[in-house]
Amino acid sequence: MDNIRISRRTLLATGASALAGGWLSAGCSGAAQPLSGTFLGLADALTYAAHRTLLPQQALAREFSRDRISPLPENGTTNPEDENYQRLLRGKFEDWRLPISGLVAQPTAMSLDDLKRFPARTQITQHTCEEGWSAIAEWTGVQLSRLIEAVGIKPAARYIVFHTVDGWWDSLDMSDALHPQTILTYGMNGRELPVPHGAPIRLRVERQLGYKSLKFLKTMTITDRLDNVEDGTGAVGVADGYSWYSGI
Amino acid sequence: MTTLAFVALVVSGYVITMTHPRLYWGDTGNQMTPAWLTLPITQKFGESGWGRSLHFLGAWVLVLTGLVYVAWSATAHHFARNLVPRREEFSRSRVRSEISKQLRWHVQRGVEYGLTQKVSYLIVILLLIPLAILTGLTLSPAVTAAYPWLFSLFGGFQSARTIHFFDSLVLVLFVLVHVIMVVRSGFAHQMRSMTLGRPSYGQHPHLTTDAVSDGR
Repeated sequence: MDNIRISRRTLLATGASALAGGWLSAGCSGAAQPLSGTFLGLADALTYAAHRTLLPQQALAREFSRDRISPLPENGTTNPEDENYQRLLRGKFEDWRLPISGLVAQPTAMSLDDLKRFPARTQITQHTCEEGWSAIAEWTGVQLSRLIEAVGIKPAARYIVFHTVDGWWDSLDMSDALHPQTILTYGMNGRELPVPHGAPIRLRVERQLGYKSLKFLKTMTITDRLDNVEDGTGAVGVADGYSWYSGI
Repeated sequence: MTTLAFVALVVSGYVITMTHPRLYWGDTGNQMTPAWLTLPITQKFGESGWGRSLHFLGAWVLVLTGLVYVAWSATAHHFARNLVPRREEFSRSRVRSEISKQLRWHVQRGVEYGLTQKVSYLIVILLLIPLAILTGLTLSPAVTAAYPWLFSLFGGFQSARTIHFFDSLVLVLFVLVHVIMVVRSGFAHQMRSMTLGRPSYGQHPHLTTDAVSDGR
């Protein structure tokens, strides 16, 4: 009994300090990731650190056969009111360009045809919404890794920042940016990407929740830090409590 | 801390469920497909951001304290000594008396766990908590990319979500009954033995005898 009592007390103390230590170290690495700073952010920082260190980084999200494709709700913005966007839409996006700037050899702007000239990747994957619903759809596009390679990314690059026509913005670390299933999508279910799903280009980030797969891409910026981008939180949803990392 | 974490998980779990109070079976399910079960919860958007972060904070605390518990259990032989029922506890007379005690709401104030306690604790520790952790992990797209067998194990993302929901309900029921029993059997005493491992019944002649005869 004595032995057990002492060991239990010791374990209580050890456990408490181990927890505090784990939190602190996760919090202290916050300089490298836009997660900590708040009490609730501790958990997301810990999750992010655990996913990046414990999980194999190139594992592919499950892909399905075509007969498993399901209805996919048109979520969020379904037709941006932006005047310039409406003009581009009327012109079938022939004048649409995706400016790519930041830590690249040469800032450039890609047209839809430029993007379609890259080898295409088609994947039938599950879209998982943070609300709890899910759907399966087929996506066709260019791998972000190919695009990054083509524009000549600089070694200091740590994050890719995307802005959208409807005012959203978000960022990916290099693990997700270089993941084979992270694609800039121009096709859906065998057809052109429809406007309600983000035409002309929508991002797909298969290892994170749906809100990370931005629609209506407008610009792409490669950077080494996020604290000087917009409000410094890494993504548009963070101010409303939605974690920058949504791999869970 | 564990109690706080559990309360955090229940509150945040409810908040998350509010954003989409429909359950499905299989891989997919959304507002365009029929629900397997619509929960009697009013739909409310916009709260799941902090709800999700709080849920994962609670989960991390429970998983880490759970690891400490398992480590302690292993060194102290807690399972074999205190939780696994002994053969004689399953004798017809012992089981019959246990059932009649439970039916009469008899509260055992002993140092040792009763048979019902042992069995329910083992179900919670070996089945319900691991199930909650595994179905929870199946909802993470990063985890299932690495371990797609989780989908096969539970029959898909939505099945895992549905199992996670009902598993949590059972765990909440267990905790409610557990707390009621702790209060009925002497709150102060139970808190002492839980935290310090030192029962305060020492002066009670009956229990002193029990403790001595058990070699404690």
